[in-house]
Amino acid sequence: MSKILVVAEHDGSSLNPSTAKCLSCAAEIPDAEIHVAVFADGGSDVAAAAAELQSVDKVLLINNAANHYPLAAVIAPQLVAIADDYSHLLGPSTTFGKDLMPRVAALLGVNQISDVMSVLGSHKFRRPIYAGNAIVTIEAPADRPLVATVRIASFKSVGAGNSAPVEQSSPNAEIPDHTRFVDLQAGKSDRPDLQSASKVVSGGRALASSENFEIIFKLADTLGAGVGASRAAVDAGYVPNEMQVGQTGKIIAPELYIAIGISGAIQHLTGIKDAGTIVAINKDEDAPIFEVADIGLVADLFEVVPELQAALSS
Amino acid sequence: MERILVGLKRVVDYNVRVRVRSDGSGVETDGVKMSINPFDEIALEEALRIKERGEANEVVVVSIGGTECEQQLRTGLAMGADRAILVTSQEPANPLTAAKIFLELATRESSELVILGKQAIDDDNSQTGQMLAALWGRPQASFASKIELDGSTAKVTREVDVGLETLDIDLPAVVTVDLRLNEPRYVKLPDIMKAKKKPLDHVALDELGVEPAASMTGVAFEDPEQRQKGIIVEDVAALVAALKEKGLV
Repeated sequence: MSKILVVAEHDGSSLNPSTAKCLSCAAEIPDAEIHVAVFADGGSDVAAAAAELQSVDKVLLINNAANHYPLAAVIAPQLVAIADDYSHLLGPSTTFGKDLMPRVAALLGVNQISDVMSVLGSHKFRRPIYAGNAIVTIEAPADRPLVATVRIASFKSVGAGNSAPVEQSSPNAEIPDHTRFVDLQAGKSDRPDLQSASKVVSGGRALASSENFEIIFKLADTLGAGVGASRAAVDAGYVPNEMQVGQTGKIIAPELYIAIGISGAIQHLTGIKDAGTIVAINKDEDAPIFEVADIGLVADLFEVVPELQAALSS
Repeated sequence: MERILVGLKRVVDYNVRVRVRSDGSGVETDGVKMSINPFDEIALEEALRIKERGEANEVVVVSIGGTECEQQLRTGLAMGADRAILVTSQEPANPLTAAKIFLELATRESSELVILGKQAIDDDNSQTGQMLAALWGRPQASFASKIELDGSTAKVTREVDVGLETLDIDLPAVVTVDLRLNEPRYVKLPDIMKAKKKPLDHVALDELGVEPAASMTGVAFEDPEQRQKGIIVEDVAALVAALKEKGLV
């Protein structure tokens, strides 16, 4: 039987949607008891939210002032201190999990399985390599702790309605002070979060300026969609880095993805291949984005995007 | 500081579209163009800029693998690194083994800063830097888009999912770099000539006293599921109709 610990991602007050997706991966591992670890300063609201998620058997709340801001160097020794009880340690393949989990794996003396996209058995998983151009099946030794990050775009969220017990835990760990949080400049937006939005509108280099990106925002707001961008648009400074979709940005799986003025480099396509329906608007009919789009419109975006926005708002 | 270590991994070039071998035994790499992992090039560029600002005396580039990796190390020397170390190994190093190697080298070379790419574009693991920091018991600043050194500490800005996060870390430390940290310089012909005279030492994995970590080797390789090409619509009205039909608007 497997005993799985999922590390919750949160911002101190609310649980990140990545946690419910990690749980859905954990729940696919046969015959498993699943716990969630919440490392927080306070954190009772976050722990309560985790306890409501399906498939959770128990929530561990590790309440410590040092956990006020999630630093890998601070959380890793605490996680390692409780790792003995578990066969599997899972975290999301977000910048939080990608930073933390390898540090934990190294302290436990094992390699990590990065970006699990499907579960074939308790120690057998599939993951993408080469920007998703190949899929490899990995078999991990069953006699060692298994540390993995979960590619959240590959899993649906578990539902709520559970009421798992919440237990306080105080692992005996030495917490370093060599790493200090200074600040976080978060993009302020009332729009749906890019990684969990059911609809996403993205713009590319063809937008040509940050002022022009307004038409993307307008369309997104009409649809109630999140907003993304290609690497080219981010590199050109039209929009901030947290909006980048692709191999080195965010990997997303909305029901509807509208790519506007994006040619569709393989690195971008890697970030959207699990989307439900892909719509592409581009004036170059040979753009690779049309090879993967379910619906394509070959047109000048500056003409058709305002027209589309008007048609959808009426 | 005295010395910065930079890792240069030899990988299939960014522009090559890799294919899975027909027997599913791996990815076809025979006769394919090989290059320095693009993130590692950014790591080296940053180390060189730190040295050029007078904040470090020496930049040492390190690769792990067969003698073919000398090619990538020579490119690193041509970019401006002072010397190179090739850790010779028959097997490709997995992330934990690579982290152990860098730990041994960082100790031997008394390096106060190790700069690595945030991930290699072949296995996309994104583990080695964080693992090195763990084994070393030192700070890590992964996915860096800005590095400012200040004596025995550094301020590093990281690209995180919600925006930009800044950490203040003590040195020695490990930094892994993201795309927007800098734009690596082009190598000029005279620099290639000069690089041939720079030291490139070989050291075998067992000479370092590093015990390789168990690999989790792939048992099967397959092509990804391909999306099917869809329809092309003529105008906005047809697009809206198609979206309505799918119940998406």
